[in-house]
Parts: sequence; C-alpha cells; structure tokens
Amino acid sequence: MKKDIILAGVGGQGILSIAAIIGLAAVDAGLYLKQAEVHGMSQRGGDVQSHLRISDKEIASDLIPEGKADMIISVEPMESLRYLPMLSSEGWVITNTKPFINIPNYPAIEEVMAEINKISKHVIIDADKIAIDLGSSKSANMVILGAASLFLDIEFERLENAIRSLFRKKGDDVINKNIEALRIGRKHSEESL
Amino acid sequence: MQKLLLLGDEAIAQAAIDAGMSGIYAYPGTPSTEITEYVQHSKEAREKNIKSTWSANEKTAAEGALGMSYAGKRTMVCMKHVGLNVAADPFVNSAVTGANGGIIYVAADDPSMHSSQNEQDSRFFGKFALIPILEPSDQQEAYDMVHYGFEISEKYKVPVMMRITTRLAHSRAGVVRKASRAQNELKLPEDLRQFVLLPAIARKRYKILLDNQIHFEKESEDNFNKYFDGKDKSLGIIACGIGYNYLMENYPDRNIPYPVLKLNQYPIPRKQVEKILAECDEVLVLEDGYPMVEENIKGFLSKGLKIKGRLDGSVPRDGELNPNIVAKALGMDVKIGKDIPALVAARPPSLCVGCPHIDSYAALTEALEVYGKGRVFSDIGCYTLGALKPYEAINSCVDMGASITMAKGAADAGLVPAVAVIGDSTFTHSGMTGLLDAVNDKSNITVVILDNATTGMTGGQDSSALGKIEFICKGLGVEEEHIRILKPLRNKHEENLKIFQEELAYNGVSVIIPRRECIVALNKKMRAKFAQKDKK
Repeated sequence: MKKDIILAGVGGQGILSIAAIIGLAAVDAGLYLKQAEVHGMSQRGGDVQSHLRISDKEIASDLIPEGKADMIISVEPMESLRYLPMLSSEGWVITNTKPFINIPNYPAIEEVMAEINKISKHVIIDADKIAIDLGSSKSANMVILGAASLFLDIEFERLENAIRSLFRKKGDDVINKNIEALRIGRKHSEESL
Repeated sequence: MQKLLLLGDEAIAQAAIDAGMSGIYAYPGTPSTEITEYVQHSKEAREKNIKSTWSANEKTAAEGALGMSYAGKRTMVCMKHVGLNVAADPFVNSAVTGANGGIIYVAADDPSMHSSQNEQDSRFFGKFALIPILEPSDQQEAYDMVHYGFEISEKYKVPVMMRITTRLAHSRAGVVRKASRAQNELKLPEDLRQFVLLPAIARKRYKILLDNQIHFEKESEDNFNKYFDGKDKSLGIIACGIGYNYLMENYPDRNIPYPVLKLNQYPIPRKQVEKILAECDEVLVLEDGYPMVEENIKGFLSKGLKIKGRLDGSVPRDGELNPNIVAKALGMDVKIGKDIPALVAARPPSLCVGCPHIDSYAALTEALEVYGKGRVFSDIGCYTLGALKPYEAINSCVDMGASITMAKGAADAGLVPAVAVIGDSTFTHSGMTGLLDAVNDKSNITVVILDNATTGMTGGQDSSALGKIEFICKGLGVEEEHIRILKPLRNKHEENLKIFQEELAYNGVSVIIPRRECIVALNKKMRAKFAQKDKK
C-alpha cells in the first residue's frame, strides 16, 4: 500500500489540519509516513502545498516525485490545477469549488471548473456551503477530507478517531460537527461516482 | 522506546532535551524556528528548567551558548543560514577557544530560497571554522546525531555544526527516542585561559584545532558515513544529506547497482572517497546546496577524474534537489503529469487583510510623492512584501538591519531625504547600531520602525523590542521631538500623513513608530480568549 498525496491551498486555509488527521490515522494503522510542509513567507496568502506520503514500506524521499502523486486534495479550485505535473495519469483530484480570490487576475471560475472537468478522475464538492449548512463553517476542510477518504485506503473509523484525538481539547460539539462534515464529504464522493 | 511523529526541527529539539541540554539560544528564522519553539512548548523542558528565551540576534545567541559551554553545560544554538553570517564572529572563534560543555550549532539552509534572500551553503562555514559537521538524511538520523554531536563536542572539546535543509527541517516522520541523560553539573574549564584568545594563547589553541583534524576525519570514517558496495562499477554515487533519500526513491526495491557512499558527516571521509574513486569509472555527487563535496574532490585541475554533479551540469547549478533531478542525473526516464493549465495565475504571498503595515505604507508613499520614487530602504520581515504590487513602496531588502545603514549611506551621497523601513524585532536584532551611526553623523534620514509587537514572518515569536523602541531611540540620541508614535489605521490616515510629511522635511534623524499589533497575532489572541470564555 502506498499513497502519495499533494495537499493544496492558500496560506491560512489550514491544509495542515487535513494532513494532521490523515497522519494520525496512518500512524494508528501502523503505516510509515512522511509529510513535507511549507512554513515561512508563503504562508502569508501565497499558494501552499504539502507532500503527504503514507506507505506500508519505509519511505525514502520527503518529496513526491513529479508524475507519481496518487491524489491532489485541494481546498481551492485553481490551486488544484497548479500541481497537475505532480499527478500520475491514474491519479485523482478532489477539490473544493469555492474560490479564494486574493489576486486581481484570478481567472473566471467557469474556466477553472472546465479545466478540472478535463481531468479524467475528479471529485468536486462545495465544501464551504456544506460546512455552513452544518453550522460549522470551519469544517470545510473535513468535508473535503471526507470526499477524499474514499481513495485513501485507510479505514474510515481511523479518520474519525483521528478527529476525536486532534480536537479533543475543543469539546464534543466541535468533534461531532467535524465528524459529521467528514461523513457528508464521504457520502458525496460515493454518490458522485 | 517511544516513537514520535516529528518535524526534522522537532526531532533535533527533542534529541537535545533527551541528551541533557541545559539551554537553547536562537533568533527566529525559517526554516530553523521550530527547533526553539518546540523546546519552549515542551513540558519536559520546563520541568528540566532548560533555558529557551529568544535572543536579540544570532550573534548574541551564539555567545550566550558559548558562555553556557564555558560553564560546563550542554547547549545548542539555532539559526537559518543567513543567521550564521550574523553569528560568524563567535562561530569561527569558538572553534579556536574550543568547548567545555558540548555545543552544537544548527544551521538550517534554504536551497531554492523558499523563504530567504540567498541559498548559501553552511557546510562551507563549518569547513572554514575547521569543525566537524553533521548532515542528517532523515529525522531519525537528525535525532541520533544530536546525541553523538554532544558526545564528540565534549570528547574533543570542539563545537559541532549540524547542517540541515528546508525539506528535512519541515518534514514530519516517525522518530524513536533514546533514554534520557541528565544535564551536566556546573564545571569550569580545566584551563582557565582556554577561552582567552590573546594571540599567544590563540596560536596554541589553533594548533590544537589543527591537530584534531585527523581525529575528526577518523570520526567521519567510522560513524554516520556508510559505504554500500555495488556490482556495476561504471558509476559510483556520493549522496550527501537528504540527497541520499532522493537517490533511494528512484530504486523502489532499494537495490542500487552502483557503489554508493552515503555522506552525512564531515570532514569528508578520505578513505571512502579514495575507494569510490579507485573502483568506479565515474562518480556522481548529489548534494543539496552548493557543490562543496564535488569541488573538493574534483580540485581546480580535475586531474582526469570524471566527477559529475552541479559543476558539469548533470545536476542544476542552483536550487534544491528532488527525486526527478536525481533521476535525470542517473539517466533515467522521467515522466511527469499534465502541464499546468495556462489560466492558473501566480499567487505570491501578500500582506494580510487588516495588516497595520498597509496603512503605514499608504501614509509613507503619499508623503514621499513630492520627493519622487526610489528612496526607501527596507529590511527583512513581512513588510518586505511592500515591494510587491499594489504597494511598490520599498526599494531594498538585503540583510537584517541594512535599511537604516543603507539609508544613511544614500543620504551621505546626497539622496535626501532617505527613508529606512524596519520592523520592531529586526530593529533590536541589528538596527540599533546603525541608528547610532546616523545620530552621530546627524544624517538626514527618516527611520520608520513598524512596531507590530511580534516577530511576524516566522509565525509570531516574542519580539525583544517589545515596549522598548522609543526608549532605545532616545538613549541612542535621537531628539525626543523627532520620535513620533502613531497608530496606523485607515481612519487616521490624514493625521499620520502629516507626521510623515513633517519628519521627512526635518533635516536630521527622525524616527516614526507606527504601532499596532500584528493582525494574525491579534486574531489568535481573540480566538484563545473566546475559547476560554466558552469553557466557562
């Protein structure tokens, strides 16, 4: 088992919480893990990515080789396209539809979606809307993770447990909302295939 | 033993705690910051009373650590690569004084300049100082090497350098801990003149350092460097630091047909290098950073040796390594995914919405309109982003503190008024001495000290300048009526503009301090406050 995942977004969107939960679940499953993060200047509203690698064998490189990623999980639609050279021909793109517009030349969102639709294996999900409907606007990342969970080869329960463990200091309400967000994301993927 | 999931930086910190370190000294700088932060947040470190307050700059940090070593305790100094330039004086001279308690300098390099102004390779500094250098290939090795580093530092009474790069510093992996060791007892150096570098003593100390080189080389041959035999001698590979991982990545079954020298410790191990050169037709050197090993082995005249690497173009001359670059250097086919669609726009970092610097720049830029563009010297911090659109408000960013001194030099040359824009933490790091120069010379400059009460770019560490800036300026001799404090807010633009105009017109040193808390720090504080309320 090996999953090489690119997590994409904009600095401040919190892609590292997705990484942390997959990481906890992977360790719980006894898998090896390497995760390269971006700290420093790019965190100020720039494009950010994290290379997350999980495997049942020891992992050599902290960086995923180009053309070998199994999956791009993006919390922002245009950012999902920035890492296409990393994606293998069999790879999945799981992305949020809600654009994060902090540049004057952001392309038309219809054109962005048209590009995403050209990718043979993709799941698009309006995670922000789902999270707001849930009354937990901060859980959008968990909706996206739920949508991606179908392709992760990690038992769903382990992801739920990872949420419990990561948010344990924030109380049951936060935990339950995030688990619900995760489940809705999962269901969305199952139904859209 | 316990297995933890740690960033490379965190593995180094945990190792230092476990190895009996008594104090860590540092100034924040990407990608080194998380080492010290980890110690600051560690319950264990608190219980063990390990000193971990931020230093004003890397030089004061290195000197503090050297004092702790003098007193017989184990200590660590952490900095980004350019921080080592600031600490170069104590760094190089501490190689001559030698250590008493173990001392490790961690230099975190940033090839590809993810968050830096250059990609200098700290291994050259280690070689320059003639001390052992450790370069881990992964997080576990980083952890293990700290223990070993303290041991050899005390065995040979020499400071040791650990050199890491961004991808090790900021990548997370499982790390197995070792048993914890007690801290050293207070113990003075046996020779109380060991640290007195008067020429007569320094000459003796330097000889000791030179005589130890052969021992350092022996340590290199016997510890972290490993030679792996291979049947195919048409090529040999020397893989330094994390270069080894990128090499292994290209052989999924881990069977490399060629001899491989995994190089993680310097001085360069002579025997192993001689062996690989003797038995292989060609040698490929993979190293993150400058071609240091390549250049050393090749020498100026090459002597017929076929060495491949960054110098002959087998590997790009600049930028960090990655698995694909290594694959290409090995002559393998590389198939990458689809191209990035043309519509994907660049998204450079930018000042946050609500950032006080935005309002400061608005007032400064407008006040400068009458004088014309091109006279604002700036510095290292979030406010450096003011160089980009839509602000285009500054004209330089060179090194910590250079804004004030460059403004002075430009004013000396006749560019008046010249303006310096510097952050609070950068000011106490390296700006104060430059301001003294300007005061002593009555330079016609306006110094803008953006006080957001934190070290913002690196994630909000305590600023040494907190609550002290105007008093420092006054103490350095800036006239009190030309120290102006304002609150950078949009609805105060007109009154702030007037202050900028007045001080730009003043022929002498004036200091303007726009003071408003970093918006990220403020939001974080508010969230914590509300979370606390929710609990109640």
